[in-house]
Amino acid sequence: MDSPLLPHGVKRCSTWAFFFWTLPWLALLAWGGLSAFLCLWKGLNQTNMSNVFAFALWIVFDLAVIALGAGAFFTGFLTYIMGQKELKNIIKPAVIIGFICYSGAMAMLGIDIGQPIRGWFIFWHANIHSMLVEVSFCITCYLMVLAIEFIPIILENRKLEEIKELRIFGHSLHEIMAVFAATGTFLSFFHQGSLGGMFGVMYARPFAAREGFYIWPWTFFLFVLSAIACGPCFTILCTKLTEFFSRKKLVPDSAIQLLAKISAWLLSLYMVLKIADYLGWMYGIIPRSGLTFESFFREGPYGVYLVVCEIIVCGILPAIILMVPKGRQNQGWLIIACLLNCTGIVLNRFLFIVVTLAIPVMPFDRFWGYLPTWQEWGIGFAVIGYGFLLFSAAYRYLPIFPKERELNPITE
Amino acid sequence: MTPFSFEWQWNIEYMIFFGLLYIALGIIGIGIIVTVIRTGLQALGFMRERHF
Repeated sequence: MDSPLLPHGVKRCSTWAFFFWTLPWLALLAWGGLSAFLCLWKGLNQTNMSNVFAFALWIVFDLAVIALGAGAFFTGFLTYIMGQKELKNIIKPAVIIGFICYSGAMAMLGIDIGQPIRGWFIFWHANIHSMLVEVSFCITCYLMVLAIEFIPIILENRKLEEIKELRIFGHSLHEIMAVFAATGTFLSFFHQGSLGGMFGVMYARPFAAREGFYIWPWTFFLFVLSAIACGPCFTILCTKLTEFFSRKKLVPDSAIQLLAKISAWLLSLYMVLKIADYLGWMYGIIPRSGLTFESFFREGPYGVYLVVCEIIVCGILPAIILMVPKGRQNQGWLIIACLLNCTGIVLNRFLFIVVTLAIPVMPFDRFWGYLPTWQEWGIGFAVIGYGFLLFSAAYRYLPIFPKERELNPITE
Repeated sequence: MTPFSFEWQWNIEYMIFFGLLYIALGIIGIGIIVTVIRTGLQALGFMRERHF
């Protein structure tokens, strides 16, 4: 039915099979739509957020997807600025994943602020000393950059390419893509960093507070490093998932291996600095606050196991697997390492957001528990549904893997 | 006050913050304008179309 829209020389499933594939993702979107409607209509009382948990599940999702989407800017930086031509085989899926992550995060923030109609206040009445304002400005600008990077990919659609003006526009955009990639790198560096800096400057909450360099706490640099370490792994995971469902090889091993190797070095560096950061925090900031490391985990379900899991299981272990050539060349180990790496970053964001707020600060404070409502889960899962839908549609209708035809010749 | 900030103050912090923002927005805007002009010139035959 939609065969005129499919790329030349590649095989796709039938329209009906594609329709049934989209149903679970549409269901997630419907759940999210209902949740969003309730939150906008009745207010944020539909959530379990409170004056204590002003940051909750949505912000964990936001920070996690923004870190996972860092593969877009970092792969763009490596491809267009550092001249790693091999990565041209994976840059398009990386851009689409980045676009999905950032647009999903922005949509979720639109509900999170409670009154989206006043969302523009943050731009109009900018408090320039707020890290969150810098994040808002950079994320908005970077979403524009991602949209610009996505346009030439959309214009490569078989039918759209037949229109001369659109084809020329796509090619012209492609020609100056290095400029947009450089702008995206600049914007991403600052918003990834400021997201971390936002927690590091919470001096009244010793669980998150950190020292640093000039106005930037160490978390500023650690968040940038963790994002560029896990972003490429998330791109690899999405590519492998597409290969699994399409039962095809879509990206040459050389591109995947290069990305995995770069990720390995970055993750190893991040682990060294993160461990140094933890030690400096445990023996510096915590004692000076009159507390001990164990005192943070006296109440509630959160324990030292979360830190152990973040550093050893989801940090050092994937770094070793990715660093050893035989480890990353084995498909199973590569996927496990990428999964662990991405889980580690989500866990890191969870620790900084939820655990920081749950831990009592004053002697008269108590431990605060938080469990999201179905409306909060609904909006979180809607982003996943949206991501699957958009990526599936992009794979079906656009030639996002340049080597697909070469790697999967059609035998009549 | 400027058209883009009610609370604008003439100090270095505002200039750096908004300066960097306007540079980023400027690059994005100029990039798009240049692309549209090149597209127009190529579509009308004043420039040779390039393929990738």
